[in-house]
This record gives sequence, C-alpha cells and structure tokens, in this order.
Amino acid sequence: MSQHAPIFIVLLPLTAALLCMLFSRMSRNLGAYLVIASIAASLASAITVLNNVVAAGGKAIHYTMGGWMPPIGIEFVLDPLNSVLLVLITFISLLVSFYGLPFVKDEDWLHVGGYYTLFGLLTVGLCGMIATGDVFNLYVFLEIMSLSGYGLIALGGKKSMLAAFRYLLIGTIGASLYLLGVGYLYAMTGTLNMADLAALIGPHIHSPLFAMAVGCLIIGFGIKMALFPLHGWQPDAYTFSHPGAAAFIAGCMSKAPAYAMIRFVYYIFQVNNPVMRSALDIIGILGVGGMLIGSFMALAMRDFRRMLAYSSVAQIGYIAMGVAMGNMYGFIGAVLHMINHAIMKSGLFLVIGGIVYRFGVVHLYRLGGMNKKLTISTITLVLCALSMIGLPPTAGFFSKWYLMMGAWTSQNYFYMVVLVISSLLNAIYFFRIIEQMFVQREASLPDVHPHEGKLGLPVPMAIPLAVIGLTVLFLGWYSADIINGIIKLGLPEVFLR
Amino acid sequence: MTIVDARPFLAVGVTLVAAILISFSRRWPNVREAWSAIASVIKFGIILSMLPGVLAGDVYTYTLCQLTDTVGFTLRTDPAGMIFAVLASMLWVPMNFYSIGYMRCNQEREQTGYFAAFALCMSAVMGIAMAENLLTFFVFYELLTLASYPLVLHKRNQDALSASRKYLIYTLISGQLFLVGIVAVYCIAGTMSFTPGGFLNSGMAPRWVLQAIFVLMILAGSVKAAVMPLHGWLPAAMIAPTPVSALLHAVAVVKTGVFSVLRIIGFVFGPQLLAEINIIDFVSWAAAGTMLVSSLIALRQDHLKRRLAFSTIGQLSYIVLGASLLSPLAIKGAYLHLVAHAVMKITLFMCAGLIIARTHRNNISELYGIGKKLPVTMACFTIASLGIAGVPFIVGFVSKWNLAFGALQAGKPIYVLVWVASAILAAAYLLPVCQMAYFRSDPEEKFRKYGAHSNAMLIPICITTIMAVLLGIVPDIFPHFYELSNMAARTICAGWTAGGWQ
Repeated sequence: MSQHAPIFIVLLPLTAALLCMLFSRMSRNLGAYLVIASIAASLASAITVLNNVVAAGGKAIHYTMGGWMPPIGIEFVLDPLNSVLLVLITFISLLVSFYGLPFVKDEDWLHVGGYYTLFGLLTVGLCGMIATGDVFNLYVFLEIMSLSGYGLIALGGKKSMLAAFRYLLIGTIGASLYLLGVGYLYAMTGTLNMADLAALIGPHIHSPLFAMAVGCLIIGFGIKMALFPLHGWQPDAYTFSHPGAAAFIAGCMSKAPAYAMIRFVYYIFQVNNPVMRSALDIIGILGVGGMLIGSFMALAMRDFRRMLAYSSVAQIGYIAMGVAMGNMYGFIGAVLHMINHAIMKSGLFLVIGGIVYRFGVVHLYRLGGMNKKLTISTITLVLCALSMIGLPPTAGFFSKWYLMMGAWTSQNYFYMVVLVISSLLNAIYFFRIIEQMFVQREASLPDVHPHEGKLGLPVPMAIPLAVIGLTVLFLGWYSADIINGIIKLGLPEVFLR
Repeated sequence: MTIVDARPFLAVGVTLVAAILISFSRRWPNVREAWSAIASVIKFGIILSMLPGVLAGDVYTYTLCQLTDTVGFTLRTDPAGMIFAVLASMLWVPMNFYSIGYMRCNQEREQTGYFAAFALCMSAVMGIAMAENLLTFFVFYELLTLASYPLVLHKRNQDALSASRKYLIYTLISGQLFLVGIVAVYCIAGTMSFTPGGFLNSGMAPRWVLQAIFVLMILAGSVKAAVMPLHGWLPAAMIAPTPVSALLHAVAVVKTGVFSVLRIIGFVFGPQLLAEINIIDFVSWAAAGTMLVSSLIALRQDHLKRRLAFSTIGQLSYIVLGASLLSPLAIKGAYLHLVAHAVMKITLFMCAGLIIARTHRNNISELYGIGKKLPVTMACFTIASLGIAGVPFIVGFVSKWNLAFGALQAGKPIYVLVWVASAILAAAYLLPVCQMAYFRSDPEEKFRKYGAHSNAMLIPICITTIMAVLLGIVPDIFPHFYELSNMAARTICAGWTAGGWQ
C-alpha cells in the first residue's frame, strides 16, 4: 500500500469528485461526505509520503504510472519539498471542505454535489501540479485546477460571475503561455520529463528560444499566482468567490503555480546562467513592486476581503523576492513563506467566511464587538494578523527572518528596506482591524444565521477556525524543525555545491 | 559553572500559564486575581532560587527548541540579566496587590483582559532579562510590545486609541529596525549569543557598516528607553491605568529599552569596539540633552502623571549616559540606577495612582493640602522624590555616586555637571508637589470628597518606599543588586584597560 501512496493523493479525491454527483443524487449529503473522506485519505497518504521521503534521507520517490518508464511514461516525483506542500494543501483542503458544510446546508442535491465536485477537483489539480514530474502533465493539472477554480468562484453569488469570467479569460492566457513555453522546451530538447529536461537543457541555455521559453513560463505562472503586475483578476476573484471555499482558493491556489515556478527555476533551469539571472532580477523587481503596491492598495480597501486580496499580492511578492535572491536563505524563506502564507491567508478567509455566514456583510468598519460574538474567530484573526505582519512568535516572523538573511547574504539591502516597509504597512492595516473589533461600539448587524450556541458558529466551522489558529502558532514554534528536517533535505543542487 | 536548568523557562512560563488561567476566570474576579498573585509569588521564588548560584558565578541555561535553523530559543542567567529579572519580579509582587486595589476602587472595565495582559508582559520581561541571544531577546521584545498594547488601549476611548496608535508606531518601527540590525549582526559575526565585552570586532566588517548597525540597534533600544527625540510615546501612554504606568512605563517597558541599550553596548559591541568605531559620543550627547530638556519640560507639566513621565524620560537617560561612557564604574552605576529608578519611580507612580483613586484629581495645582488626608502616601512620595533628586541614604544616591565617578573615570567630567544639574532640576519639579500637598490649604474648599481607602494600595507603596530606603543605606542588602552590578560591569570591561583603569 505504502508504495502507492503518491498516486492516492491525487487519485482518491479525483474518484470521489467524479462520483460525488451520483452519491448526492442518492442522498443529499452523501457526496459531500465522500469527498471529505477522500481528502482525509489523501492527507493521510501525503503524510505517509512525507514520512517515507524524510526517512529515505530526502531521496526523491519516483512513482511511474502504469509501469511506463519515463521519459515516455508520466511519473510523480516526490521530494521533501513538494511532499511537505502536499501535506499542507491536503490539510487546508480537509479543513475547508469540512468548513463548507454549513454553507450548503440549505441547498438542493445538485448544488451540494456540484460544490463538492468542484472542491474535490480543485484539490486534485493543486496536488497534481505539485506532485507531477512531467511538464505536460503539469499543464493538465493546471487546467483542472483553473476550471474548478472558475466554477467555485462563480458559485459565490451575483457579482461572482463577472469575476470568474474575468479570471477565466486572464487565466486562460496564462495557461496558454505556459503551454507555449513547454512547446519551446519540447522543441529544443524533445522531452517533457522534468528530470530529463534538466539534463538536456544544458546546451541550449544560451539560445534565444530558451529565453523565450523562460519568459513565457514566468508570465504564465505569474498570472496564475497573481504576481504583480499580473494580479488584476485576483482581488475580484477572492472577494466574490464562494465564502465557504474562499479560504482554500485564497490560501492555496496561488501556491501551486508558485511552487511550479520554483521547480522550473531551481530544479530544471538552474540559476547559474545569464538568462536565469536576469529572469531572477525581473522576478525580484516584480516581487518588490507587488509588496509595495499590494500593501498600499490594501490600505485603501474598505471591504475586508478585497484588503486581504491585495495583501495576498504583497505576500506573493515576498515569495517572489525570496526566489529572486538566488541563495539558500532566500530559497528557504520563499518556501517557508509559501507554507505560512497558505495557512494564515486561509485562516483569515475562514474568519471572513464566518462573518459572512453570521451577518452577510464584511465591511471593514462594521466589525465592532466581534470579539464578544465570535470569540474563536477573533483569536484566529489576531494570530493570523500578527503572523501576516511578521511578529514573533507567530509563523510569519520566521519566513521574514530567512528572507532578511537571504537579502543580506545576497547584498540586496534594498530588499531589507522593502521588507521592513511592507511589514509596517501590514501592521497598519491589520491593527486597524484589531482596533475595530475591540474598541468600536458594537456594530448593529442583523444576524443572517442567528447565534448558534457558545461558539457563535456551527461546530464544523468553529473547529477548522481553531485548528488553523493553533497551526499558525505551531508553525512558528516548529519552523526550525520544518527547515532542518524537511526543506534542507530537498534543497536544489545549486546550494549544495 | 554552566548548569542546564529549565528554571529560566519556568519563570517565563508561570505567568504565561497564569495569563491563560486568568482569561478563563472571567466570571470569578477573586479567582482571577488570585491566579495573578500566586503567579507573581511563584515567579519571584523561582528567580530568587537562582540568585545564590548566579552570585557564586554559576550560569543556568536551557534551550527549549530551535528558533531558526541555527539559533536556539535559549535562556541563560548572567549577573546583568539577573538584576533585571530580580527587580521586575520583585516589584511585580506588591504591584499585583496594588493593581487589584486600584482596579476595584476605580471600577474599571475589562479587568480580565487587563490582568491577563499584565501577566503576559511579565513573561516577556523575564524572557528579555534572561535571553541568551539576540533573536530570543527580539522574540520577547516584540511580545512585550504586543502584550502592553492592550494595556495602553485599556480605556477604549478616543484618547486611548490615539495613544495606543502612537505607541505601536514607535515600538513597531523600532522593532523592525532592530530586526534588521540583528540580521546584519548575525550575518557578519556568525553568532548572536550575548558575550560580556561583545562578540563583534573591527575585523568583521568595514567601519561604516559597524557604525550603521550600531545606530540601527541603538535607535531601537532608545525608542523603548524614551531617549529624546524618540520619547513621544511615553507621555501619551500615560493614558493607561496607573498601575500600568507604574510597572510598565516606569519599570518594565522602559527598562527593557535601557536594558537593551546596555546589552547592545556591553554584550554585542563591547566597550572596546565602540571606542574604536568612535560613534558612542552621539549617544552620550543625546542622553545628556534628554536629561536636561525632559527635566525642563517636566517643570511645566501640571498633570501629575505627565510630570512623572517626563521625569522618567530624564532618569532613563542617566542609565543610557552611564552605559555610553564605557567605563566600569559608569556601567556599574547604570545597572544600579536601573534598580534605583525602578524602585523610586514605581513608588511615585503608585502614590499618584492612589491620589487619583481617592481624590479624583489629576493636576498638581489641585492637590491642596492632601498631605493631611493622605499622610502616609505623601510621606512615601516625598521620600521617593528626594531619592530621585539624589539625597544620600536613599537608593538614588548610590547609583548617582557611581555614575559620577564613572564619568570622571572615563575622563569626561563635564557629565558630572549634567548629572548635578539634572538632580537639582529633579528636586525642582518634584518637591513643589510635596509643598502643594503639605503647606497649601484649599482656598475654595472645592475638593472635599475622598474615595474609599484601600490598604491593598497603601501597603505596596510602603513596601517599595522601605525598599528604597534600605537599598540606600545598605546597597548590597538582599537581593544583592550592588554585587550583581559589580559583577556585570566587571565582566563587560574585563580585559579592556584602554581608559587607564584596572
């Protein structure tokens, strides 16, 4: 069993998602439970894989589909880095799938089934993108992720159709650019397998075609991960997406493309050639731009969700900056920030989902008295906010630490300045919320779903909220273990020499 | 001898646990405050149990986990840290009872949050006192900012809101600068464990880089130490309840600031390197200027707490100036004044709080004749005021004596004059309060109402006053602050005789 764990991560949610409608037809909630169970199993498989990889000292596990050997066959390659991301994504997916239950409580079977089908497929797409060792297979999973993402965003209500359509248009351009880039690479090397590609790309790195391919890939992934200035679709998409799934969309959907980018940059193309070095510089500049513009835009927002969406642009900028530093600490910072940001952004959107569920409005200046009504949400919100600002002992501080170390080591002192400015801007807009909650008079908001018990929210929503709040603390506490025990085992070759 | 011992973490953890217990005891005020009191006593006990070992030269150290891939989350006791740890935990015990009395007398809202945040602050202070390396220090430094923020915001009105914003702006910006400094120090030195005499040396980086790092780090410390012109938050933060002003804004938070200045000067850069890179004079000038200017401002303040706040700003700069003179006696005087000022200023603030609670008067010009109504309080206030002014046989004198000799030892006698001037000014702004209380009678008989008397508030005041006098007469009385300061100064200046002393 254990040797098949890598494929189960993707296969189980895929099967469940495809059967979901059928089961929902039989009994309204059965499909939903099936998907949740499959995601739980997927999480278990991901943990198994992570254990195996770490036990093997970081040696990657290659899983070939149907016994077809690469480079002809498709393979999943699981190294420490992507196994930990798989655990992260399936973990958040599980929490959010559980969390979505109250939102679809009053819907008919078609909507429940449809919601969970899309949700399962989104998980499949994200996990597949991260696990695969084949560049074309990555494209397939990218499209699965995108299409199910469009669907989930469109489910959000009136304005969400437009947001989803816009994302569809822009996202398709991104995906097409990726496909173009893959086409160029295939034309140069004749292979689609990542390991093979890494071995064969060497002679071509000075050709203009290579530069073209790199450009296409960066723009393609840049669109998908909402890297400044390619983030135009993202604020609307996050704001209007289905409130039950927003946490998953906002937390994870940008991470898989970001990881794919890291994989291309550090594991396939390597960073020690002129094209990649200038590409890194460009990524760095975009990252800096995102950090500043995203933070300033977030300051100007009045809708909590839009504010977080722009803050995501800024946080993706952190990751891009870490990637661009091209040294070990920058790389560690970027990866750790991917993990941290996924958790804290999901946490914040879970909180928002709770507010939407209870009151139907998420206006920034109508949060007064939330600390009394939604205590668990408030605690999670405060922890996540501190983490976003980057204050110890929460998780966000530690990724900032590595990013700063990377900036100093690579002598990009400018990056340090930007990190400081961005943290301070983060502090402004998050403390504004904390002030609102604790100081302002109680906002008179009509309850859409009236007070439910002591928690203020139904149990399936309260538990993920509490879990994610604790996770922010634990990630901070165990960040050194994650780095020493996992990430450092999977460092790209460039840093090992 | 180095002993692996978890007691430093227990001292931090006991208040952390207390904070959690307090949050869950919202409905039972007595239980809630009992947690706080029990924690304060336990904490003081834990710290005291390590004192004999530290005096004998032992080092208790413990690494709880790794903070980053290479840096541990480590606490360690050394004489310098022990001074601060003993001081803060010792003063927290009476403060706790005073808090209970004050909060109940004034019927303040949100008392649960108040006690929880207070306990959390004390955890952070213990961590700061005993941190083994810069990163651990920074973690607690930021925790202190976060934990004291709700206390400044306690009143939840517009004034408190703007004060708390100001507080955050100052402390968060300085925290981020400090972080940059820490990263830089770690990258050039490869270590960040505090070492007496400093672990940086001039071979590690160009001179201007060292200077820049020093400026960054000292700026961060100076904000919390309220060195002018970075003092703006402290008078604003006086909006907080008086026990907060007393313990945090006269003892814990601002002392964290001066303590970090002392750590940076004595344990990161070291006197030798600082003398080489030739930048420390700016700190001395800023501190000297602060002492005089803040005293002059204090003269003009009518609001009692604000006057004490500006007095605090001036007194803190004594410590910063002492540290920046880099001579053994001055550094010893700095550590002594850290203790002396804490004991005296907590007394003054507690008196102010009692006056506010009982008479509801905030301004000095309204304190007609309260000496007759509150004889004990005003007696304590007078003693502490004299101590701040540097009268012999009160604790303030001992430290100032050492500081003055330190200035002579460093060959900068001009600073002796600054100290004398500042002491005279201190007398000039504090003694009129006593004069008002004792010798003026209320012309309009306007102020007749007096609030309820509370022994919970009065007894702590007497205790700290007795401490101030005892420490003034017998400086090395238990818990041996004098010896600890001596040890700290000796280790910092060990092996450096460039100033011509042994």
